[in-house]
Amino acid sequence: MNKMKIPVNIFIIIILIQPVTLSAEVSLQGFLQGSYTPLITGENRDIGSGSGFLLAEERVQLKLSDYSPSGSAGYFAKTDFFRDSIEGDADIEMREAYLDFSSDFYSLRLGRQIVTWGVGDLLFINDIFPKDYQAFFTGRPLEYLKTGSDAFKLDFYPDFFSAEVVLLPFFEPDNLPDGRRLFIYDPFSAVQDREISEPSSELKNMELALRLYRGIFGFDTALYAYKGFSRFPGMSPDSFTAPSKISFFFPELAVYGFSSQGNILDGLLSLEAGYYDSLEDRAGADPLIANSQTRFLAGYQRPLFWKEFNAGLQYYGEYMHGYANYEKNNPQGFPAQDKLRRYLTFRMTQFLKYQTLKISLFAFYSPDDEDYFVIPEIRYNMTDEMWISAGVNLFGGKTETTFLGQLDQNDNAYLTMRYEF
Amino acid sequence: MRNFKKTAVLSALFFISGLSLRMELYAGEKLSAETIIQKSQQAFYYAGADVKIRVSMKLINREGKERLRELTMTRKNYDKGRQKYFTYFHNPSDVRGTTFMVWKEPEENDSRWLFIPAIKLVTRISARDSRSSFVGSDFTYEDISGRNPEADAHTLVREEKVEGKDCYVLESIPGSEADFARKTVWIDSATFLPLKEEYYDLRGELYKVFTAAETKNAGGFWTVTKRTMKDIKRGHRTEVTFDEIKYNTGVSDSLFTERYLRRPPQ
Repeated sequence: MNKMKIPVNIFIIIILIQPVTLSAEVSLQGFLQGSYTPLITGENRDIGSGSGFLLAEERVQLKLSDYSPSGSAGYFAKTDFFRDSIEGDADIEMREAYLDFSSDFYSLRLGRQIVTWGVGDLLFINDIFPKDYQAFFTGRPLEYLKTGSDAFKLDFYPDFFSAEVVLLPFFEPDNLPDGRRLFIYDPFSAVQDREISEPSSELKNMELALRLYRGIFGFDTALYAYKGFSRFPGMSPDSFTAPSKISFFFPELAVYGFSSQGNILDGLLSLEAGYYDSLEDRAGADPLIANSQTRFLAGYQRPLFWKEFNAGLQYYGEYMHGYANYEKNNPQGFPAQDKLRRYLTFRMTQFLKYQTLKISLFAFYSPDDEDYFVIPEIRYNMTDEMWISAGVNLFGGKTETTFLGQLDQNDNAYLTMRYEF
Repeated sequence: MRNFKKTAVLSALFFISGLSLRMELYAGEKLSAETIIQKSQQAFYYAGADVKIRVSMKLINREGKERLRELTMTRKNYDKGRQKYFTYFHNPSDVRGTTFMVWKEPEENDSRWLFIPAIKLVTRISARDSRSSFVGSDFTYEDISGRNPEADAHTLVREEKVEGKDCYVLESIPGSEADFARKTVWIDSATFLPLKEEYYDLRGELYKVFTAAETKNAGGFWTVTKRTMKDIKRGHRTEVTFDEIKYNTGVSDSLFTERYLRRPPQ
């Protein structure tokens, strides 16, 4: 409930200040959308009425905003109203709701907001803000991979660099595949008693994220720091041999990193790295908590061959620190991760018919985990207001215990139609 | 007598200098092709110190079906032909609120940034493909921000009137990568704005035509306020209208930064 409080309060504030400070021209926009994602593996999920479907929903999004003529104060609210045919329910999701204030020297954004950092293409190192992987894997439009955080964000602009400071008082985990809607690997699948304990909303648990950025020799370069919690839970069974209860918890985490992006040889080079400091298990001896890691990526994209065709490659790695301790303490019978886990990604995009038709392919492959995720997609803008997209999410791997390999049974085809207004 | 001689010498000198002055004037009228192209680039792409324009683009297909792009574009000039562009999209709805920034470097690849409001993402995009379509229209990025005139060889072929206006007619042959094999341009000799351009492909066939349907003096700068680019072979055309043209607004350098990409001025 905590999470809804802030947006609701902001809405009240918006309603109160609206007649006083802002212009009369309130902007109301949004869309109607239908998303349908059948499994193509012949599997069935035994939830709700949508058997054989991972997603079947209709959604209305309303975006309301108003800014003062100078732009120095305003608000923005983005709310989704949806009907989920699989769960058989309807609900409201406040995706963003914030107030903006700014002067020449600073900008302040208060409320539920999406923040996106880093230069990776679908790979995130210094973007430690919450993500909805379940939405991504079930074929919702890409923007749903990012979810809002209730946050206080201050941007300021000294001469030498620019800065963003984000305070997150309420912890929000990633929405990971949970074994309910998507099939996943669960070493304790027989254990029904599960509890999730999130960090409480206390001052000492306030998350802090910082980004400093500027251009250096034509490269957009940024430094990042984060202190908070992993959004990927640790799993703690009451016993490894005969567990009766599983507790999920979110270990403390700090991340320090950098990114840089600029033109090289007719293309665009992206570099990013981050040190994941596992504050509760620096030695790497606790098998329940992920060890410290160094994550890095290098990407290059450029137009190729003919008109309106783009290709991109990324090399990404996670290097585990304290690996000897990890190996020594990993419980028997549990799959062990490699010291270095790498991913290669490939993207190509072709626009056709005056950019109304877009054909794209994105592929992840890990030579270490030997798993993959491939997304071919086609999108057609029928009119300026209406588009339709169809694609396939193909997962697989050598074993079912790796991150993508466990999703093997979830191969799906998705169809989204949207009418924007 | 001496006086007469002196007067004769003086008047001869005067005559000679007058002649050379007239020759200079004549040379001024007979501009070289390179000079005409330079002046045209200046008038068409570099007018003023900066400019802010509301741009409407109508994309019309063979069947007459229309799509609309509305944007506000701000340009500022810097030294050595460098320019910065800031573009805010009003329509269509799926790109509303998107901002796009270009730092144009005549000698190198441009730097381009895009802000996607749905996920609050600022990203660089690779800029080599200056010949790809701008927002799905018949104009390429190169048509919008200009092609380096030194990349091509230009010849002044004749002078003729286009809709009552005296024009220089030039032919350009590309010296570097280009879509066209040959281009004919009609440049207004008074304003140096291009009034018409014909693009020919490798087979010598006409495939693309630019026409300036309306030019106006906007605050002291002649500007093409209505233009059309037509794809002859596909029967598709794009009609562009410039409104609310404001030159020399004194826009600050800071507009062309990530800060304003994320929070564009209202």
